[in-house]
Amino acid sequence: MTHPPYLSPAYKSTVLRAPSRELVLPKLGPDSVELTSPVFGHAELGALDNDLTKQHSGEPLGERIIVTGRLLDSTGRPVPGALVEVWQANAAGRYAHLRDQHPAPLDPNFTGAGRALTDAQGRYEFVTIKPGAYPWRNHDNAWRPAHIHFSVFGTAFTQRLVTQMYFPGDPLFAHDPIFQSIPDEKARRRLVSRFDLDTTVPEWALGYQFDIVLGQTPTEDA
Amino acid sequence: MTTPSQTVGPFFGYALPYDGGPDLVPGWRTDAIRLHGRVLDGAGDPVPDAIVEIWQPDGDGGIPRRQGALRREDDAFSGFGRCPTDLDGRYHFTTVRPGAVGDGSAPYIAVQVFMRGLLRQVFTRLYFPEDTAAHAADPVLNEVPADRRATLVAAAEGERTYRFDIHMQGEQETVFFAF
Ligand SMILES: [Fe+2]
Repeated sequence: MTHPPYLSPAYKSTVLRAPSRELVLPKLGPDSVELTSPVFGHAELGALDNDLTKQHSGEPLGERIIVTGRLLDSTGRPVPGALVEVWQANAAGRYAHLRDQHPAPLDPNFTGAGRALTDAQGRYEFVTIKPGAYPWRNHDNAWRPAHIHFSVFGTAFTQRLVTQMYFPGDPLFAHDPIFQSIPDEKARRRLVSRFDLDTTVPEWALGYQFDIVLGQTPTEDA
Repeated sequence: MTTPSQTVGPFFGYALPYDGGPDLVPGWRTDAIRLHGRVLDGAGDPVPDAIVEIWQPDGDGGIPRRQGALRREDDAFSGFGRCPTDLDGRYHFTTVRPGAVGDGSAPYIAVQVFMRGLLRQVFTRLYFPEDTAAHAADPVLNEVPADRRATLVAAAEGERTYRFDIHMQGEQETVFFAF
């Protein structure tokens, strides 16, 4: 099973929020509404939506990075024209969000939200700042590994995927109940981006590759 | 080699909600309806950090194939809506009643809910209370245990208003699909 189980008690908030009764799988699977998806166009996005370092008057602090990858279906075919949305903490590990109480500095030049559409090859690209790790209250001394949240549309509403991209070699992986909620180690590794020297731009920014593979519907168990 | 899901977390506020997200049509359209409800956890407490998405055909059962769900033009129907819950766990949409798609299916709206504490979204359907005859014939509803079917049917609440609460757990736990 690729996806984490809903109930994952080490991640405490799942206890009252995970469905407790059996999910219903209709014999015919999802129908023609659920097997289609909203369509998005370039006119709906702003020109700087995929550059999180250019959304304010100044440059945000931190390590500038390029995050790019391909959106693929379960047969390996690219998914073009798909909406990819991202959000993340700033370099200090603080979200520009009212409910984030972490006593790390906000960055007036960083909101940490972006949008992109995949191109004909299924590729998206963001320019951003490497996010910091941040504490949370799940357990004593709990810290999230640095991550970028991703939200993706496929060609079916049932393919909607919300996930998190991590960075290679993070020492917090072993201690994070959200990352560890994915039972299969190989599946967990698919959420770790790959540093790529070819994506890296000299004198400017490190590059990371993160491909996203959408499931079949109903839920695959690859 | 599917990419695994992770929780949406609590901090999607600057990224996912957008202006007009809950409005699939403008409220002045004569065929506009209002959907609203609450998202509740296993203790019956409101979930203040959920985000609800809907996807549906138009009034004639046509599935929208044009762009524009993020920036709707005039009175065009986009088919897609997104609304974060408020501190009381409430969400709302302004839309039209969907037409039925395909033989024997009752009209419904596809619903997904994301929240902190949910490692993958849940999938459900919102059916309309006036369609009892169509519900009896609907192949998917018929596969839902009879005593749980009512969790998929919104309640009529006055003029063109429907209420659909989403219970994550408990006696009234909403039926979620294994999609
Ligand atoms: Fe986060």
